[in-house]
Amino acid sequence: MLSVFTKLADWLTYSVFGLLPDSKPGEAVHFFIEDTTKIFFLLVVMIYIISLIRASLNVERIRDYLAGNNRIFGYIMGSTFGAITPFCSCSSIPVFLGFTSAGIPVGITMSFLLTSPLINEVAVLLLLSLVGWKITIIYVFIGMAVGITGGIFLDLIRAEQLLQPFALKAYQTAQVSNSEPDTRPGLSIIERHKFAKIELLDILDRVWKWVFIGVALGAALHGFVPETWFEENLGSGQWWSVPLAVLVGIPLYSNATGVIPVMESLIVKGLPLGTTLAFCMSTVAASFPEFILLKQVMTWKLLAIIFVLLLTSFTITGWLVNIIHML
Amino acid sequence: MKEIKVLGSGCTKCVKTAELIQLVANDCGVSVNVIKETSPETIMNYGVMSTPAVVVDNQLMHSGSIPDRKKIEEWLK
Repeated sequence: MLSVFTKLADWLTYSVFGLLPDSKPGEAVHFFIEDTTKIFFLLVVMIYIISLIRASLNVERIRDYLAGNNRIFGYIMGSTFGAITPFCSCSSIPVFLGFTSAGIPVGITMSFLLTSPLINEVAVLLLLSLVGWKITIIYVFIGMAVGITGGIFLDLIRAEQLLQPFALKAYQTAQVSNSEPDTRPGLSIIERHKFAKIELLDILDRVWKWVFIGVALGAALHGFVPETWFEENLGSGQWWSVPLAVLVGIPLYSNATGVIPVMESLIVKGLPLGTTLAFCMSTVAASFPEFILLKQVMTWKLLAIIFVLLLTSFTITGWLVNIIHML
Repeated sequence: MKEIKVLGSGCTKCVKTAELIQLVANDCGVSVNVIKETSPETIMNYGVMSTPAVVVDNQLMHSGSIPDRKKIEEWLK
């Protein structure tokens, strides 16, 4: 079904723009047209469908659910909810405080917040269509593993002591069941459609420029970096290339939507999978704007711990994937 | 005069919400005092997790999106 976008790109690139199929600009332009049209088509269809299904799931419900459950299960559920809810950086602070003041341990809240930017329906969809289901599963698995272990670690070191005083106080004085159970009636189809329409416009508004930036970068890599450059220089998964990829990813700020087309190109060009994943996750999750926001509820010390925690886990997973991949 | 607070961390939607409320109030000829509240602590104390949220005369009326015109007109009555 998706081959229609390849044909569209063929026609535009070679017939309308008159570029040669084997030329560098030809390859780059073809990649750009094929990926942007395909991605936008998939985004519109899938966000709408998923939003229809997700309409009745709101953060209040998630909070009540997480507050009522036991710990070990809590980390897994925190991370799962993080994966299935869309992420908007402007809501991360209210969500953090809402969870904390409901008495949910900081680690479980962080499982939610760490997983949320890494995995969402848009990311999974792009991965599936651009790099295939195997890498999608690996990506989702690593994203959730980082969220869950990160959360457990933060509770082990009693991270709540490192919150801003007002947040710590809210946590300590929390009553477990202070919120009324959600008794709103189920949603009708029309309400679901309304919600899905708003979600669709909202998410598109947030990600469209990232799609263009990501695909343009991917296209540039695709057309202009020599076929064998990565393979010759980094292809054997040299150990230092993984931490280097993570470090390079820090100042680059993107969301998952923008980074996945780049990921596609890197993999096609022969950069080892672990190195690629480490780079992409670092770009998405370890971003300074995000961290500056969290400063409102955390001390610098806790922020630094979380930052190092993320970089370490991406490096370790990058190494592991490279080792497994080369066996 | 009604006091209307828009809760949110300063994202574009919160700014739009505040502007829209002011606009509707002007159209209806109601005098309002629209305040943008960005302090995380205050937002938490209202129990709000999805912003922008709207508080009219200290009562939480709405959260999670830019409210539509009809809703705003009702608050101003």
